[in-house]
Amino acid sequence: MTELPKSTQKKLGLVIDLDTCVGCHACVISCKGWNTENYGAPLSDQDAYGADPSGTFLNRVHSYEIQPAEGAAQLIHFPKSCLHCEDAPCVTVCPTGASYKRTEDGIVLVNESDCIGCGLCAWACPYGAREMDQAAGVMKKCTLCVDRIYNDNLPEEDRIPVCVRTCPSGARHFGDLGDPDSAVSQLVKERGGVDLMPEQGTKPVNKYLPPRPKDRMPEIDVLAPFLAPVDQGAKGFLGWLDRTLDKL
Amino acid sequence: MTHKQPVLDLSPPVSDEIRKTTCYMCACRCGINVHMKANADGDMKVAYIEGNRDHPVNKGVLCAKGSAGIMQHNAPARLRKPLKRVGERGSGAFEEIEWDEALQIATDWLAPLRATAPEKLAFFTGRDQSQSFTSFWAQNFGTPNYAAHGGFCSVNMAAAGIYTMGGAFWEFGQPDWDHTKLFMLFGVAEDHDSNPIKMGIGKIKARGARVIGVNPIRTGYNAVADDWVGITPGTDGLFILSMVHCLMKAGRMDLDYLARFTDAPVLVNGDATSPEFGLLLRDEAGKQLVICRKTGKLTAFDAPGVRPDLSATHTVNDVTHRPVFHHMAEKYLSEDYAPEAVADRCGIPAARIRAIAAEIARVAFDEAFELDHEWTDFRGDTHKTMTGRPVSFHAMRGISAHANGFQTCRALHTLQIILGTVEVPGGFRFKPPYPKPATAHPKPHCGVTPGKPLDGPHLGFVQGPADLALKPDGTPARIDKAFTWENPMSAHGLMHMVISNAHAGDPYKIDTLFMYMANMSWNSSMNTGGVMQMLTDKDANGDYVIPRIIYSDAYSSEMVAFADLILPDTTYLERHDCISLLDRPICEADAAADAIRWPVVEPDRDVRGFQSVLCDLGARLDLPGFVNDAGGQKYTDYADYIVNHERRPGIGPLAGFRGAGGTNTGRGAPNPDQLDRYIKNGGFFAHHIPEGAQYYKPWNNAYQDWAVQTGLFDAPQPYLFSLYVEPMRRFQLAAEGHGEHQPPDHLRDKIKHTMSPLPIWYETDQQGNEGFKVTALTQRPMAMYHSWGGQNAWLRQLHGHNPLYVPPKLMRENGLKDGDWARVTSPHGEITVPVLEMAALNENTVWTWNAIGKRKGAWALDEQAPEATKGFLLNHLIHELLPPKGDGLRWSNSDPITGQAAWFDLKVTLSKAAPPTESKPVIPKQKSPVPKAPKSLAWKIQ
Repeated sequence: MTELPKSTQKKLGLVIDLDTCVGCHACVISCKGWNTENYGAPLSDQDAYGADPSGTFLNRVHSYEIQPAEGAAQLIHFPKSCLHCEDAPCVTVCPTGASYKRTEDGIVLVNESDCIGCGLCAWACPYGAREMDQAAGVMKKCTLCVDRIYNDNLPEEDRIPVCVRTCPSGARHFGDLGDPDSAVSQLVKERGGVDLMPEQGTKPVNKYLPPRPKDRMPEIDVLAPFLAPVDQGAKGFLGWLDRTLDKL
Repeated sequence: MTHKQPVLDLSPPVSDEIRKTTCYMCACRCGINVHMKANADGDMKVAYIEGNRDHPVNKGVLCAKGSAGIMQHNAPARLRKPLKRVGERGSGAFEEIEWDEALQIATDWLAPLRATAPEKLAFFTGRDQSQSFTSFWAQNFGTPNYAAHGGFCSVNMAAAGIYTMGGAFWEFGQPDWDHTKLFMLFGVAEDHDSNPIKMGIGKIKARGARVIGVNPIRTGYNAVADDWVGITPGTDGLFILSMVHCLMKAGRMDLDYLARFTDAPVLVNGDATSPEFGLLLRDEAGKQLVICRKTGKLTAFDAPGVRPDLSATHTVNDVTHRPVFHHMAEKYLSEDYAPEAVADRCGIPAARIRAIAAEIARVAFDEAFELDHEWTDFRGDTHKTMTGRPVSFHAMRGISAHANGFQTCRALHTLQIILGTVEVPGGFRFKPPYPKPATAHPKPHCGVTPGKPLDGPHLGFVQGPADLALKPDGTPARIDKAFTWENPMSAHGLMHMVISNAHAGDPYKIDTLFMYMANMSWNSSMNTGGVMQMLTDKDANGDYVIPRIIYSDAYSSEMVAFADLILPDTTYLERHDCISLLDRPICEADAAADAIRWPVVEPDRDVRGFQSVLCDLGARLDLPGFVNDAGGQKYTDYADYIVNHERRPGIGPLAGFRGAGGTNTGRGAPNPDQLDRYIKNGGFFAHHIPEGAQYYKPWNNAYQDWAVQTGLFDAPQPYLFSLYVEPMRRFQLAAEGHGEHQPPDHLRDKIKHTMSPLPIWYETDQQGNEGFKVTALTQRPMAMYHSWGGQNAWLRQLHGHNPLYVPPKLMRENGLKDGDWARVTSPHGEITVPVLEMAALNENTVWTWNAIGKRKGAWALDEQAPEATKGFLLNHLIHELLPPKGDGLRWSNSDPITGQAAWFDLKVTLSKAAPPTESKPVIPKQKSPVPKAPKSLAWKIQ
């Protein structure tokens, strides 16, 4: 019901490194803080100190346990926010045009003054990346910190999304994924970055870098030469020691 | 609808002002930018908090806790005014009183104690960062009963590090993140030093370095580790010594490093008939003796040009004195430490132990590198380069909170040292004021004179039995029994034993228990239910067994309900603090650094910073150090103390901007503008170590000279690492019957066994309990700090639930499925809690998140909050004493060397339980001293 732009000049987005994300939720809370104080309505919390607290978050970290065919189970921390899809179903479903994709940079936003809070977009998004703010009655979503990345009131180095600025392990990267030479595009290329649920046909801009294989330390036959005994027993050892010290 | 875009303001104003201070959402001490905005009334309010890019600790990043600081600062649980108890203890019934009345009450209680029996005040502080100040206050009061929380936290790590190598992990050292190629991480609390470790892991993973995580639970850092070792809890020391065995057997050690910089070549008295058997040979000046490999002669270790011989022995009168290294070879080459011999107990296949040892050795020696920095060592030898061994380690509570934790931490340092990876490029590096050997620290003091200060600092590093804190009759001088034969090297005290001992009158009764920021009636105590009972117990006269309790906290914690007098503290954004070089500073390996907090907003409640209250109370009690020459209050508040207190002439709490005009660093007269200069500098001060002084610091003349100039110490103090901790041998000698200071007979065998001067591993007491074979642990969520986070509206949405995580095998064995409830039983108690299956877990271990469970009525949470209904503590299962042995004695559940609380020795059984309505035990609610919290939040300053 709402058209997407034919093309965008840039494809700004995030590259999230699942190999490095320790699941600390720093991005979740810095996002909550910034977006409570900035773009649009504050992110509210219902029953904040009660039995069933529930607030609006534009970014959440989920944790999944993986059991490989061989070896120990693994835990993957998976941060998820709007992926700023090229074919964003949340935009096309919007009955009022409140949801839109910016032509300049591809950021998907909600124009809160036009949002009627019908929730269709959240239903259409296959990633569950939009949340209705219960206090304001408008749809909230990741803005890619559109109020930071061009903001002349911020030092240049801070003109990045807060989640990227705050990430302690450096697992989050921001840039133009439409430019194959950009640092983020290069990173995606080097590390085999992937789309989330490509079968949905949404062409997400954000990319995920997969975890590197784990628990692959070679067993002893490869490493054995590194631990060949110098001699047998404490006596033999001391003989070796004397010989070795002579060479030092 | 065709595409349309509104016009956006892409450069909206961000805030009206940025105030830079230091975070206190955990003990990590990151620099923060507090964005302030004026509200409609023109009042400046905290709007947003981000990391300070210039700050040495966090370099701009900030964790979830730090970013949620605004919710802590505005939490409904904040106390508002001094409180006087009006109901029964524990009920939470208080009336609000004025500060004058509160301080008068405290003075009336404390002044008579000081005049007659200062030890009847027990003053213990929790997670503060002002120990050099609070200990100074306690010392001036004159009580021996002071410590902070280290005894129930990580004293094993700190003490083992300092006794072994003159520094420890976290505040006192860090991996060389820029050069390390293999990082091995043993159990850590992931809310500690959290941003630096995350930054470090990110940095090294980005360049493809390997991370090995050793932890029974694969969450957090262990989830991103390239290799995960799901070890059996409490066996880390055995695993490490097995790797030491492998490395020694293969000759994969840095022999040159061992010979030059450690006590490996120092000779050990081999005369079994001597009272000095097993002590190090020393010359008349007390210097350790080695054989010089060039001359073959017995020589002081630090003589110019000496080449200490790792192998040579010294025979006099048919007695052969062998070097420490011979003793190590004898001990660790034993097949008792072979991987095959330890694999089952550790839960790690022998081949894997060998593989890890081999990989460590490969990286340390085959990927060694040189940094082009010339340096001169304390013997006068000049080295053209600095050799890098790019293997680094980090560990914290996971290995230390066991009754064998001290020796385990020592074992880890031994591994580091034989690899030559301490204070070298790519390895582990100290942060100023470390390196600093144990011998350069004070010894404990306990000399009490009514009406006078204590005879010296409370805490310290004993060198032998003569240094214990014992009364002339041999009984403990301290209420926590620190520095006694039960735990001689208890460098941080035993806060976890204070309430229990005070209640038992063992070793004596006290009058007033004064605590700060320590939730001792809840998550910070073992045996939580029992402690609540002890705090409320009355004697035959109807008086409380612990007569008076004063408590200071900023929030309505569980402990508040048990105090008679509450001194409400400020939030961290409303106060002055100093993160001092005299205490636990924010230094980096390349720089001495300290920091302040300052009131970026004034309190809107009638609360006062606790340290400022102590300045006032100290003056009311006429404590020397807190009154001026005219008899008035010496420091108007903590800020005044921070600026004007001098510990030694020219040395004060803050190192930066000293002297007239603020041009001096380290040493200099007090500067009245010092705090302003800190504020202008972003809330911190950093003083960088010159390039040639940045590694090999304990032995590097350039560093030693820099440290003296900076005021860290007064003369160069090069020393050798102590693979062999001689003070431990002195305790063994006493246990063997030597010397005038003798342990009680019932402790002799334990001392002989556990006080091995070379690291050993031993089973902890609870391992053998019949039927209790499953280990039960807690982990700290990265987004929570102890019990504090639960009151935070944002953080509690991340971690408001704490199921018991159970591995698949135990789920099946007990017929459990997700959502079921289990009865968890230990030798001490029983809880009934919800369970959830988790596979990335040691197969014989269950665990839950720490301190999520809350008492109803605490923290301004609704009584139906999940934290208060389904949340639970493992603390109910852990007793502060070991199960009675039938000898009538109270055996502390602590490390026998340091007294560290053995939290992680807990063993349990599981069984399926009918679902109760709430987790058990159900603790009756406490009355909240603060108003009910709002239902909803939409926090925007406008």
